[in-house]
Amino acid sequence: MSVPLPVFVAIPLVTAFLLPLFSEKRRFGATLLANIATGALLVGAIASIGQSGVYRVGKWPIPLGINLVLDGFSGLLILTVSVVSFAAMLFSADYMERYTAKPKYLSLFLLMVTGMNGVVLSGDIFNLFVFLEIASIASYALVGFGCGHEELEASFKYMVLGSIASMFILFGIGLVYGNTGSLNMAYISQAIAGRGLNRGLLFALGLFVAGFGLKAALVPFHAWLPDAHPSAPAPISAMLSGVLIKALGVYALIRVVFNVFGITIQLGWVLLILGVLSMVAGGFLAIGQLDIKRLMAYSSISQLGYVVMGIGLGGLIIAEGGNPAWAKLAILGGLFHLINHAVYKSLLFLTSGSVEFSTGTRRMDQMGGLSKVLPITRATCTIASASIAGVPPFSGFWSKLILLIAAVQAGFVWLGAIIVFVAVLTLIMYLKVQRYVFLGELPENLQGVEEKRGSMTFAMVLLAYFCVLMGLLLLVPGLKATVLDPAVDVLVGGLSYSSRIIAMP
Amino acid sequence: MKGMTIIVKSVSSWVKMLVLLFGIYITIFGHLTPGGGFAGGVILACSYILLMLAFGREYAEENLSLCVASKLDCVGALLFAAVALCGFIYGAAGFFLNFVHQKWQAGQGSALKLVSGGTIPLSNIAICLKVGASLFMIVLILSVFRADSSSGKEEVS
Amino acid sequence: MLYAMCFFLFVIGLYCALVKKNMVKIVIGIMIMEYSVNLFLVMLGYRAGGVAPIVGKDEFDAVSGMVKSSFVNSSVDPLPQALVLTAIVISLGSLALMISICIRTYEKYGTFDITQIRRLKG
Repeated sequence: MSVPLPVFVAIPLVTAFLLPLFSEKRRFGATLLANIATGALLVGAIASIGQSGVYRVGKWPIPLGINLVLDGFSGLLILTVSVVSFAAMLFSADYMERYTAKPKYLSLFLLMVTGMNGVVLSGDIFNLFVFLEIASIASYALVGFGCGHEELEASFKYMVLGSIASMFILFGIGLVYGNTGSLNMAYISQAIAGRGLNRGLLFALGLFVAGFGLKAALVPFHAWLPDAHPSAPAPISAMLSGVLIKALGVYALIRVVFNVFGITIQLGWVLLILGVLSMVAGGFLAIGQLDIKRLMAYSSISQLGYVVMGIGLGGLIIAEGGNPAWAKLAILGGLFHLINHAVYKSLLFLTSGSVEFSTGTRRMDQMGGLSKVLPITRATCTIASASIAGVPPFSGFWSKLILLIAAVQAGFVWLGAIIVFVAVLTLIMYLKVQRYVFLGELPENLQGVEEKRGSMTFAMVLLAYFCVLMGLLLLVPGLKATVLDPAVDVLVGGLSYSSRIIAMP
Repeated sequence: MKGMTIIVKSVSSWVKMLVLLFGIYITIFGHLTPGGGFAGGVILACSYILLMLAFGREYAEENLSLCVASKLDCVGALLFAAVALCGFIYGAAGFFLNFVHQKWQAGQGSALKLVSGGTIPLSNIAICLKVGASLFMIVLILSVFRADSSSGKEEVS
Repeated sequence: MLYAMCFFLFVIGLYCALVKKNMVKIVIGIMIMEYSVNLFLVMLGYRAGGVAPIVGKDEFDAVSGMVKSSFVNSSVDPLPQALVLTAIVISLGSLALMISICIRTYEKYGTFDITQIRRLKG
């Protein structure tokens, strides 16, 4: 390990507590310091591609102390979180000038990044809960940051449902500790393998699926997302939709289900059904929306359904004992779709923030013809929409194709049909966005708008480059072997996580 | 916000120092008796809240203003992070290492005495500062809301 | 049996948080849920006839510098108590944020009733 793991948690935490010491007049210094912190995290994440290791905090041996684990899956998510937070922090340098208390916003943003890094790196289940709460509470405050009517209502609803989810998770952790006697995920998984699942552990598993599913906004539990994501300021919407629901919800759910409890046929079906419901419901609910950010929030629900469905399909094939090649392909599709979605959904929210910054409205029926006055925004939004809809050279096409091949080859032809159907729905909804916002006539009250050059456009162009280059991640064999395959192996290996962690020096 | 009667004011001006001292005692002996940083910090904040209830919000705010409390809060958190990061001096695997107990001979002390926990009392003091300042700020800010909104409610649309 | 009572308290808190219409009552419901989970965690460590996990001069063997094994075999498990301390601190922070959002919402809308605070639809 070239970068000691606590650095990913310590850098944003220390910066988050240095920033409130800056007063309102020294905003520029605060912004510069915050951007240096996210840049350092990005450098650290790139330096730890392809590495793995266990870090024992305080040099205490494992059952007594807390350990931080970097394996393929954690490394993939750390890289994603760092890229998206770097771009969103650059964007908010210009976007947040209209708000007061900008140093406090930057401090809360960095606390949210601390929480996400901590969740991804943690090897101990209560440590995961503590960092999950840090990230969640920071995000409740950030959603209501503007303190207008809608932001407060959305923040209250998000906070109530998020707290209920956290309580489910804590109750589940208590049940797991009571039944296995350890809090370290490797030791818990060995105890469960030795003892089998009794009623307490089954109930704890159900509580975990409900709690992490609420955090990930899967369909029966998605009620908070369409209100919270539009009301937040644009860079926060990008972070929430791009990485928070994935790091707190999908990552934690998959880590607990695959590596601690072990995947079974019933669990595989549960994940598959949740994913399919999310895909279809999110797609249908998104088409009728007129608020641009609300449409993108519903489409987040739909795309996250793809991820959970792909991983559930892979788990189901492994549990049934089918061909492991198709299981690996399904899990590869799911994980590749996760990182693709992080990049292009955050780019979409940043472009919608740029449109709102220039025109002052979020309703698509009041906009039109903005391609003449906002050229860079229009170009990046088109690239992101083409990616998410699955147009061939961009990255979204490859991940949906992999999922389709895996579903059809494994014998689930109905699943392949649903994948294609929801892809068509996604294409329709983004064509609607393009037509209403960028094509057509420019209304009179928007004649004088112009694009603000500077950090906002730089951040959008950076993410657009990533969108285009992500397709290469799959086609260039060297990149795929270092970045994506270790993550797939961690999930396919399943319960061998515990023996690997205990054996590592 | 008005204060209370003269009896409450005179008694609490004597009692506030006892409460503060008790909070500091719970913090410093946190590695030997139940308590520690968080409980000590709450009691420390309670002594300032007693000041606020007995004498009125303006008096408490003059005594420990919002700016100073906010800076104390950040200093407490940075002190805790400094104690954790000092472990890095002893090698890359030393985050949060109890270096006072394990690496320095003078810091070991003898068991069950005040100087025995290593870095644990230092962490306790940092957490006490942070929690005390934060709780005091929370109660002060929530009381500001009520006072302003009751006078300005006609203007809210 | 006692664990089932903890879960019953949890369900009462959940009912209150989901059914009530006053914002402050919803916050109280969430707090009841948090207290019930903390109670459950502390009860997990209980050992019948156990002593409090505080090491004094009697339980400490000064010669070898270690705690006596009679203490270890008869004390209550201290790890859930540490978990509960952390959970209480987290719920305090969450409660402070919820209350301040309630107060700000009251300033804007003039009511605590969530059926009147429904500008976001669709």
